[in-house]
Amino acid sequence: MALQDLCGFKDSFLNSRWNLPASHPVEYLSESPIQFVIAAADTRSSCNGLVACPASQKILPVHSHLVGTTSGTSADCALWKRILSRELRLYQLRHGRRLSTAGAAKLLAHMLHPFKGTELCVAATLCGWDGGEQENISKMGNETDDLAKTSESDSISQAEARGRNPCPSPAMSRQHCSAGGKQLVRSGPSLYYVCSDGTRLQGALFSVGSGSPYAYSVLDGGVRWGLTVEEAISLAREAVYRATHRDAYSGNCVDVYHITSHGWTRRDREELREEYYREKERERGKVKERREKQEGVEDGQSSGRKK
Amino acid sequence: MEYLIGIQGQDFVLVAADNVAAHSIVKMKQDQDKVFKLSDKILLLCVGEAGDTVQFAEYIQKNIQLYKMRNGYELSPTAAANFTRKNLADYLRSRTPYHVNLLLAGFDETDGPGLYYMDHLSALAKAPFAAHGHGAYLTLSILDRYYRPDLTRDEAMDLLKKCIEELNHRFILNLPSFSVRLIDKDGTHDLEKLIPVGAK
Repeated sequence: MALQDLCGFKDSFLNSRWNLPASHPVEYLSESPIQFVIAAADTRSSCNGLVACPASQKILPVHSHLVGTTSGTSADCALWKRILSRELRLYQLRHGRRLSTAGAAKLLAHMLHPFKGTELCVAATLCGWDGGEQENISKMGNETDDLAKTSESDSISQAEARGRNPCPSPAMSRQHCSAGGKQLVRSGPSLYYVCSDGTRLQGALFSVGSGSPYAYSVLDGGVRWGLTVEEAISLAREAVYRATHRDAYSGNCVDVYHITSHGWTRRDREELREEYYREKERERGKVKERREKQEGVEDGQSSGRKK
Repeated sequence: MEYLIGIQGQDFVLVAADNVAAHSIVKMKQDQDKVFKLSDKILLLCVGEAGDTVQFAEYIQKNIQLYKMRNGYELSPTAAANFTRKNLADYLRSRTPYHVNLLLAGFDETDGPGLYYMDHLSALAKAPFAAHGHGAYLTLSILDRYYRPDLTRDEAMDLLKKCIEELNHRFILNLPSFSVRLIDKDGTHDLEKLIPVGAK
């Protein structure tokens, strides 16, 4: 019982009944003073062992400062992302400010929870920057201060806990909890993992999908405090590349999104096949170099020992 | 795969929970807090199926707070435990049962400290010590052997450390750290995280 149960892949995205964009979006927050969130994902959508679409988009912008990566059933992900965008926009219109990433994650988790036990399969990470409006209003032009702000202040949860109800009625009246009239909003980068089984986790680094274990190993080795943006982006690309190499359900291209206090920006989509050939070239070059060095040493030794 | 433990002393309750949030073979988060504060003197520790734990625990948490807002006073630990169990029982035979295992620990002005064990079949038992998870198989006999009703805080802490060291030694899964809380007449206290030596 024990070992088999404990190590079983229960939530495997390898089930061939679904149209699975089994991606492994890779996101992380930086902890350096220059704060940002990077989201990277592959672009392969598979269905029953075929590649249904080699150029799908798995990172869907939700609003100007929030981006969501999707994994699982692509139709479910696309639908729920749209529903989430709608609800966040309604919130913004009603309350005059954007809902934080934590609030958006809670909203999505509560909307998905009634479908637990059905075949709905959504594993999303929400990557966003909170507190834009306050920053804009209070600090015009003090960008370095904004970026250096640490996000340690607690945010007051903005969603009510809901009992089980079979229909996913999105909450129409979200109550604000304000402490003594002042709203505490955590500002800065934020990363949440939300799954259709109801999980909601906050963290600094997540990798999701069928290729995620391969990506985790690369990330855990490379991530450290004080990464620059370029280092982080190249690490994310590397992680996605390694995962697409090993995982059959991941591949084709990589999309990288970069989220800061000014919103999200998107890098051009890159073909990973090119990356594979480039790496092969690099390997060939290194082997050649090493062989030449070895021969040079041997020549030196043999010339030292003159016959 | 998750672990909860509670030990009731003379005038306090000591509880601990592991910090790992796992998805199949991957540890997605290593600093997950599985303890939910229901009120100043009541804590709910919740493990079980992935989404159910947080959903159910927050549902109970908000309802306890609602009771306080409506009636002006807080529920006692006994009442809170029975309320929680009733909710579990009501959902048990519905289409959507909650698969969660709980420990509720609280301090009552009149009754003193209390530890309540609840499981996913909505059983409820008031117990002097309790544990949930696969780790419970390894640690309950330690608790049986060394528990006394008049434990001091330090003795209870030592007993907790014994249990965690045994897990570190014998349990197949690596649980690197444990959050520890203490409830007494002064409320809830966060104690230092326990990190067994030898675990990364």
